[in-house]
Amino acid sequence: MSSPLRTPVGADTPRSNPDVRLSVEQASYAYASNPAQAPLFTLEALSFQAKPGEILAILGPNASGKSTLLKLISGALEPLSGRVFLNGMATHSLSPKIRAQRIALVQQESQLLFPSRVWEFVMQGRHSHSHGLHFESQEDVTIASNALAQVGATHLTDRWMDKISGGEKQRVILARALAQQPLLLLLDEPTLHLDIGAQVDLLESLRKLAAQNRYTVVVVTHELNLAGEYADQVVLLQKGKCLRVGPPASVYQRDLLEQVFQAPLSVELTTSGRPRVTLFADK
Amino acid sequence: MRPLTLGRLLLRCGILVAILFVVVVIALKLGAVQVSLYGLGRDLIRVLLGQSSAISSDYGMIVVDIRLPRILLAVVVGASLSVAGASFQALLRNPLADPYVLGVSSGASVGSIIALLIANQLSFSPAFSGILTPLGASIGAGLAIAAVYFLGRREGRIDSSTLLLSGIIASSFLSAIVGFLLSTLSGGNLRGVTYWLMGSLSTLPPRSLLYLLGFGFLVAAGAIYTTAADLNLLLAGEKEAMHLGVDVHRVQIVVYVAASILTGLAVSVSGAIGYVGLLIPHAMRLIFGSDHRMLLPAAALGGAIALVIADTAARTVVAPSEVQVGAVTAVIGAPFFIYLLRRGLK
Repeated sequence: MSSPLRTPVGADTPRSNPDVRLSVEQASYAYASNPAQAPLFTLEALSFQAKPGEILAILGPNASGKSTLLKLISGALEPLSGRVFLNGMATHSLSPKIRAQRIALVQQESQLLFPSRVWEFVMQGRHSHSHGLHFESQEDVTIASNALAQVGATHLTDRWMDKISGGEKQRVILARALAQQPLLLLLDEPTLHLDIGAQVDLLESLRKLAAQNRYTVVVVTHELNLAGEYADQVVLLQKGKCLRVGPPASVYQRDLLEQVFQAPLSVELTTSGRPRVTLFADK
Repeated sequence: MRPLTLGRLLLRCGILVAILFVVVVIALKLGAVQVSLYGLGRDLIRVLLGQSSAISSDYGMIVVDIRLPRILLAVVVGASLSVAGASFQALLRNPLADPYVLGVSSGASVGSIIALLIANQLSFSPAFSGILTPLGASIGAGLAIAAVYFLGRREGRIDSSTLLLSGIIASSFLSAIVGFLLSTLSGGNLRGVTYWLMGSLSTLPPRSLLYLLGFGFLVAAGAIYTTAADLNLLLAGEKEAMHLGVDVHRVQIVVYVAASILTGLAVSVSGAIGYVGLLIPHAMRLIFGSDHRMLLPAAALGGAIALVIADTAARTVVAPSEVQVGAVTAVIGAPFFIYLLRRGLK
């Protein structure tokens, strides 16, 4: 790894536990239309940690602060108080290049100005690992093809990005993130435009990838059942407050979820020890 | 998967350079005075060997002292405008961006006329005045694009149609200022400046300015080229580019300053020649794809080829008189612009 931009943090940091990769420590944020006014939205200080190979789900209804939390983790926003550490370094203080080598973000699909091929798109993930005019090396080609293979999209390699389906596109965007060879993989509502089969496929491959490549995966979602089935930890947010952090089985309590999601529901444990949520139609 | 390699880049550029060479030779041959290919080749070799004095024939004079400098001017201006267009398209994420359409050329016109007026008033030495005009044009171009950028930005996003409207408004506003400034000029000056404004390569600038132009092009285009790989990612949006490791602000400033300088230099010697910066990058994108590492040099060479052809047409089609090259490019470029606009609105 390259040298840190800022002096690594001292003894009061998560360095003490080498197992921890991502550590959010009392991080908070507030949006205001101008600094003199009261903030329009506040994300109250919250803390949690994640290890390599773990999938962490950030769960909550709309406007609960999920995306803000993801921006704090990705380093795009600087916390108002507290810190977010990746391997002991504050994510916000990393240079764009170093940050892109360590953190990959999968966002809802981006609009392309000029059409490009799938392989060209995946190759963008190699940008932060190259220099000068960024001519792609044989190694870059190998890494990009592996990334496409890992998401089962090898057959799309030479297709145009604007000529593939939503589910295929989501896989290609994931492949680009894998080509970054990150430590931390962040996904913002990755299942939003996918049908149920594609959603399960995507999360299955995420689970496999997290285990194989030892990524720490953070998924923002409001899909209760997908998070319950696939996450190792759930961070439950409501209106900018962190209500619970823990394994799904302990976070998924009927009263709590009903209150957060404003809907009558039931929670049962499946044979695998995973919670399953059933929503009832409003009476 | 066939990523771009240096070899393929150089090969394609080599082909374009060869085409440019052929076009330049044909342009040298065409004109009111007939020149044989043999005489042309002989004289060109003499020029390259530094034996210009050995050229005695009348038409040798015409070719070396009149046509060649004008063609070289067309090469640099065409390349500058085309690279500036490709850069603005990437920077503003708008395929319709072009120095002329966005009013940047008008800004450069205002800048260079103001510089000209100041130089006349304060009677600087000719060498200093020579530098003042392109400098004023570059500053004018930079201010115009900054104004259009901020007018065209709504809620943090650049909206395509708002941007174009801002460009049109800026363009007509700046043209009005040009009109006011022109009214302060006297008769002889006025005719020259009016002709220059419409985009013409017929007035050759002093040799020192030509060198400055060539040097400025190499520096500014080189600076833009160092960001070629970043521009590819910037097309996907600022946030996405940042997450993929692009230092977005640095790239934006480099490209913004360098593209303004390119426009300023081109306008200060040739006036506002439109549509080269729109048409050529698009044509090159169709042929070579949208990878800026290939697109930028292709746009430079393609712009040079196109403007040499357009200028040759401008001085031969209605011979012995001639039309402004800006009129030639507008006749071809404006319908093409409308085609792109309609296609984009579908």
